[in-house]
Amino acid sequence: MTAQRVGYALLIVLALVAPLFAYPVFLMKALCFALFACAFNLLLGYAGLMSFGHAMFFGMAGYFYGHVVKAWDMAPEAGLLAGVAGAALLGLVTGALAIRRQGIYFAMITLAFAQMVYFFCIQAPFTGGEDGLQGIPRKALLGGLIPTKNDFVLYYVVLAIFLFGYGAIYRSIHSPFGQVLKAIRDNEQRAKSLGYEADRYKLLAFVLSAALAGLAGATKAMVQQFATLTDVAAGTSGEVVLMALVGGLGTIIGPVVGAFIIVTMQNYLASAGEFVLVIQGAIFVVIVLAFRKGVVGELADWWRRRRA
Amino acid sequence: MFELLGIPPQALFGQLLLGLINGAFYAMLSLGLAVIFGMLNVINFTHGAQYMMGAFAAWLLLGIFGVPFWVSLVLAPLIVGAFGVVLEKLLLKRIYHLDHLYGFLLTFGLALVIEGLFQWKWGSSGAPYENPIPGGGNLGFMFMPYYRGFVVVAALVICLATWYGIERTRLGAYLRAATENPALVQAFGINVPRLITLTYGLGVGLAALAGVLAAPIQQVSALMGTSLVLVVFAVVVIGGMGSIMGSIVTGFGLGVVEGLTKVFYPPASNTVIFVIMAIVLLIKPAGLFGQTK
Repeated sequence: MTAQRVGYALLIVLALVAPLFAYPVFLMKALCFALFACAFNLLLGYAGLMSFGHAMFFGMAGYFYGHVVKAWDMAPEAGLLAGVAGAALLGLVTGALAIRRQGIYFAMITLAFAQMVYFFCIQAPFTGGEDGLQGIPRKALLGGLIPTKNDFVLYYVVLAIFLFGYGAIYRSIHSPFGQVLKAIRDNEQRAKSLGYEADRYKLLAFVLSAALAGLAGATKAMVQQFATLTDVAAGTSGEVVLMALVGGLGTIIGPVVGAFIIVTMQNYLASAGEFVLVIQGAIFVVIVLAFRKGVVGELADWWRRRRA
Repeated sequence: MFELLGIPPQALFGQLLLGLINGAFYAMLSLGLAVIFGMLNVINFTHGAQYMMGAFAAWLLLGIFGVPFWVSLVLAPLIVGAFGVVLEKLLLKRIYHLDHLYGFLLTFGLALVIEGLFQWKWGSSGAPYENPIPGGGNLGFMFMPYYRGFVVVAALVICLATWYGIERTRLGAYLRAATENPALVQAFGINVPRLITLTYGLGVGLAALAGVLAAPIQQVSALMGTSLVLVVFAVVVIGGMGSIMGSIVTGFGLGVVEGLTKVFYPPASNTVIFVIMAIVLLIKPAGLFGQTK
């Protein structure tokens, strides 16, 4: 337990000094994806629900943020709130339908809904279609107290948002609610026979995950000052699955590690064009065949074996 | 000239024909997905990539060796099917004992690799494939391009032949039996692993055949199967994967519905299938032809 605390303390110190060594915009993007991956993993790793359409929450929240801040000219806090609330509402509607089927059908249904949202975004007037929403202004937070034009300042804002989201996930998993989710994941019939309404728990987990994915998406729009179709497309849904898988499903820190690995890889391979897809696909294949526990899962296993 | 609900008949029947053609592809692809899922317990995400490979195989065979369309119609599915067999032998068979999820992720990864490689080699803009039956005839109420008529008929024949093969022949009986209880069928002396490999090859071959048929209508491009496979997933959810005939009927039916939407309310034509999926989930979650287990 203490080793875990020391680990967390080290990570937080690392996060605080990171912008001195790395480009803050890159770090902020990685943090947004890390939160997105954690939100996804809350659903798959702890509730056993595989959503292949999480980009719809991430991407739509970006559009909501952009619309509220740019077109309605409101404060960034209102934009973030709109992103979270919009994503949660979308999660409520799609989740209520998707949990009517189990297993692999659930994945196909979420994928199909995400594709529907994608087509909607191409046609809807407020998303800017193929161009997306460009030039969302960066406004000061807390009524002018925190200027966000400076990337360093904004980095700490994004870090705070990430820690808030991560904390919310941590609390959910280590609560009675999280225990029931795990029970449903491991044996739904048994959980039902104990009197838990499995569907209600699943839906709540889905909405929570969608809301946090929305927080990540809205934050990303705040940082990058644009929202585009890429973030709602099926490719992004696949990417977040990959991040969680690389880091380790069902480990709480795994998706963060996975997100940093994948975003770093994309950064270095940006010039490789189509080959990024090929490499991502190859990673999927290798992980599924050989390292199903992901980086963090395998490391934890190794640590346990060494001590035993 | 008469009009129906304010729509000129040429437009109506033209879209209806397009819908039937799309439906033909939905039917062939969802049929393959259903057959593979029944036997392998894997949702084959690579299906769209294999459809694309079929079209590319025909295009390359024509471009490099001058192989005519009619020969490609047989050759391309065999080549791509053989590729599927290799894939099954090398990779897929390692994950049958795992959760369905991993098969989905593995085949998703494979689709990324295949589509990425094709995109890298041939770019993402399409190449045209010459129409093997040019021209068309006037049916009185509409102009019918011969090739399009041929696609609908050919797809119908292929679907019914697959149905016959699975539901009415001895090999099909083995297949259905092995889907129900592989251990028992194995005990009767039937080589179930080989049956599984063949099933995957068949499903992949069907996807490739659809790809060859699509080549003269659409541009042959690396990403032609990417969004199609997502629609086919919705089709599979709507129809349920329990019945072969169900897949065929759902596929053609949804194609027609999509075509009609294009006539009466064009903005919804991309999303109508997903909306239908949502309605079906509300009313009959197991799908129109599915059984709740």
